[in-house]
Amino acid sequence: MQYFKPATFEEASALAAGAEGITRFLAGGTDVLVQLRSDLVTPDVLIDIKAIPGTHDITRTEDGGWRLGVAVTGAEMSEHPDLGRDWPGVVEAMDLIGSTQVQGRATPIGNLCNASPAADSVPAMIAAGAVLSVVGPDGARDIPVEEVPAGPGKTTLKKGEIATALTLPPRGAQGGDAYLRFIPRTEMDIAVVGCAINLTVEGEVITSARMALGAVAPTAVVVHAAADALVGRTLDDAALKALTDLAEASCNPIDDKRGTVKFRTHTAGVLARRVAQIAYDRAKGAKA
Amino acid sequence: MALDSSKTTDFKYVGTRPDRPDGLDKVTGRAKFGADATAPGMLFAAIKRSPHAHAKILKIDASKALAMDGVKAVVTRADFAEGLTGETWNVLENVMAGETALYDGHAVAAVAATSALIARDAMKAIEVEYELLPHVTDVDKAMAADAPVIRAGAADASVPEGLHPNVVRYYESGHGDVEAGFAEADLVIEDHFTTEATHQGYIEPHACLGTLGADGKGELWCCTQGHWNVQKLCAAMLGIETSQLRVTASEIGGGFGGKTTIFIEPVALALSRKANRPVKLVMTRAEVFRASGPTSSTSMDVKIGMKSDGTITAAQGTFRLQGGAFPGGPCEMTAMCAFAPYNLTNVHQVGYDVMTNRPKQAAYRAPGSPMAAFAVESVIDELCNQLGLDPFEVRLKNASREGTRASFGPKWPRIGLVETLEAARAHPHYTAPLKEGQGRGISCGFWFNHGGETSVSLAMSEDGSAQIMVGTPDIGGSRASMALMAAEVLGIPYENIRCTIADTSSLGYNEISHGSRVTYASGLATIKAAEAAVEELCRRAAAKWDIPEEAVYWEDGYAKPSGPNAGDHAPLHITELTADMGATGGPINGHFEATPEGAGVSFATHIVDAEVDPETGATKVVRYTVVQDAGKAIHPTYVEGQFQGGAAQGIGWALNEEYIYGEDGRLQNAGFLDYRIPVASDLPFIDTVIVEVPNPGHPFGVRGVGETSICPPLAAIANAVSNAVGVRMRQLPMRPSRVLEALESKDG
Repeated sequence: MQYFKPATFEEASALAAGAEGITRFLAGGTDVLVQLRSDLVTPDVLIDIKAIPGTHDITRTEDGGWRLGVAVTGAEMSEHPDLGRDWPGVVEAMDLIGSTQVQGRATPIGNLCNASPAADSVPAMIAAGAVLSVVGPDGARDIPVEEVPAGPGKTTLKKGEIATALTLPPRGAQGGDAYLRFIPRTEMDIAVVGCAINLTVEGEVITSARMALGAVAPTAVVVHAAADALVGRTLDDAALKALTDLAEASCNPIDDKRGTVKFRTHTAGVLARRVAQIAYDRAKGAKA
Repeated sequence: MALDSSKTTDFKYVGTRPDRPDGLDKVTGRAKFGADATAPGMLFAAIKRSPHAHAKILKIDASKALAMDGVKAVVTRADFAEGLTGETWNVLENVMAGETALYDGHAVAAVAATSALIARDAMKAIEVEYELLPHVTDVDKAMAADAPVIRAGAADASVPEGLHPNVVRYYESGHGDVEAGFAEADLVIEDHFTTEATHQGYIEPHACLGTLGADGKGELWCCTQGHWNVQKLCAAMLGIETSQLRVTASEIGGGFGGKTTIFIEPVALALSRKANRPVKLVMTRAEVFRASGPTSSTSMDVKIGMKSDGTITAAQGTFRLQGGAFPGGPCEMTAMCAFAPYNLTNVHQVGYDVMTNRPKQAAYRAPGSPMAAFAVESVIDELCNQLGLDPFEVRLKNASREGTRASFGPKWPRIGLVETLEAARAHPHYTAPLKEGQGRGISCGFWFNHGGETSVSLAMSEDGSAQIMVGTPDIGGSRASMALMAAEVLGIPYENIRCTIADTSSLGYNEISHGSRVTYASGLATIKAAEAAVEELCRRAAAKWDIPEEAVYWEDGYAKPSGPNAGDHAPLHITELTADMGATGGPINGHFEATPEGAGVSFATHIVDAEVDPETGATKVVRYTVVQDAGKAIHPTYVEGQFQGGAAQGIGWALNEEYIYGEDGRLQNAGFLDYRIPVASDLPFIDTVIVEVPNPGHPFGVRGVGETSICPPLAAIANAVSNAVGVRMRQLPMRPSRVLEALESKDG
């Protein structure tokens, strides 16, 4: 195995483009090192990107959104004074991952690029409308988060492409997002189902809605029809029922040691109701 | 005349709560655990394991591994002793497979190299050819006529004819006429229950450092609950004399029964002998799950008859224990514990020990009793519900008491079950209101406790302080308890006593720290050893005063003349007697060796409140109270810790922990991500009540406390969940999907 610690993204991209065998980028290492130790993935080339300047920065964008460097950790997000006020769902989803120690290492972009269907931060980032910036041999491009995972352990990034930052859009007025997952324990566990919803309202009426589900299909699922079910309505019983049906219908899960098809499908509906209520209350002004 | 310091009241040190002597080492990282030992020239080892549930080993080719730089030795079964029999053969066969790999994770070869990374790569380079054989991992399927035979001829004489060869041991006991009893009942309930295999989940993986020379002399450092047992087994497997192997027990990061046997130690020694270098071997967590000993899974049928006034008229239980690919599933203890809390006229219990293609089960805290209690106490709870009876009244009405006959035969001596039931009923928990979605469950539990072979040695220092050497590894704060008991007898402060776990060359034989025996047996031996030292101290005082030794007595650290006739002598403090002990007759020591037989049994009653999310089936234990008879709590904080620990492990077992096997016979969750031990936020505060009904078999009344605490939780939690959802939960773990299915079954 070869280990590199480049100083720029261009250098990192060139290393990855020229590498043979299995290449992995190392930020927090909470997936890469665990997979290495448990014989799941032994990289031939390991490119540590933490030393690249700016990779730990959380900054306001000009239009009032947020830009997170590629090595920003869950702990840095949780401790940021303003990020969680705009995007409490994204911050909470990231904060659910692992222990306090893991939070000091784990990154949302690593969570995205590891491409686990059960990744907690991914549905929240999708619901928020986040975009991943990458650079590669063919230059830079921006990819909506939902287009990054291609299947378990696979992404749509091309050889030599490396993530540089994540951008969250401006929160705007009267918006709220939330994420919940179902786990058999209270923490230190992996999602059996995850659900994120991002809403805006005018008064009581929902004006926009994005919903994403995790761990119910090979990749996180964007439930586009959630907007049709919610926009123009209040979050009344009929809306919640419609949302439950939509969530259940959007599931394409597997039976495995972590949960059954039946349980995952049922629980997706339960979480959709609960998450929608939290996001709705936040959009109407409830403190996160 | 031998000194007798027996008492059950008026203690000065016993019953106080000083800091544990190993506490600072443990919180600062100074304590040395199994993996913390090193030696000059040390090699690192890795074990090659079978990926198959059942396969004949056709060929092991280590040539590629041996050709690698840094690889110093490879061993297979051929490097161990032949001709072993009985359990020693079973353990060796488990440590290193012979002709057949018997489960996923079974060791087939091992390698030692100059680094852990090289050892791991070399292990992967060992090539093994297998011929796959049919496998079975489920206890009921393993008993069925068409089940593959795991090892013909493994059954002992207890097994009746006509049973499948995988049934290797059989137990049956009882008295009265159960059919007549059931006929007298107003309500008879019979149900089938299952539990899954769970792991002890100790935080420290097995680890050792072994050295064995061509001269047949060896040194072994390892984490274990019993190093004399390690010495005996390893010496036999390496073909050396027992006394030539010195074994030192490290600090231990939890055992719970799982470190009462060996898995890797003979492998390190065999590699060391071959490489002529010290060899360190540390299991990964995945190896701990796949290849150390979880507890048995069970399939159980229990039938109980009750009159409408709550009198139990008859009880019958059948308990099938899945014990992995070797005999040993605790079928006797499961059956014996099942109905132990109850005074029954008609009772009958049967146990089956069944082999499967799974790792050899090991002891786990009161082996068998928690599962039996789950089945029995669930049926009693259901009878109470259907007959509209108070669960405490029914248990008190039928409770075992001094003089009643145990379900498995003997008459009970002084026992404390009724006291725990009364204390639990009086606890505010039992009458606290429940919220919507919550249910309450109670359960009793029983464990035998044990004495066992024990040696203790105590030595006075010139400054009047004392050192105690015990041979039972400290798995629950026992060094503190030993020092407290010695302090009580010697009359010197707790802090002036150092208790050490001696190695096998420094003390006589000691049985394993198991059976909740340590505070009882090593404690009794410590008291006796201290008494022997006190007798000698009195003798020295008598000589100084020139009076008969019978005229001297010991009180609070002083030798005193026993009365006016003994003369008017100022009391001599212990420091005045030890200061010149070399000149007054030599070193002052005390020692005691015996197999004490008076271990007092222990009962407990637990109360649990559980809250179930009706939409997801997720259960949260919201309140938990443990009430248990400790006989006498030497160090109450560590007694409470044992109570809480048993409840915590029981919560995991009841709700989410389980070994999950695929159709291919492979373990699917060999790690803490998918083997779900409770985390701190899963547990409520676990309240404790120490009941003290002294054990007449111990000078201070001690009963073992470590195991009884895990006997009631499975049942108490299942009763709480059943009462919360309104459906009887008969299968553990009560994972959310299972509870949700139960809720759906009620609705539709």
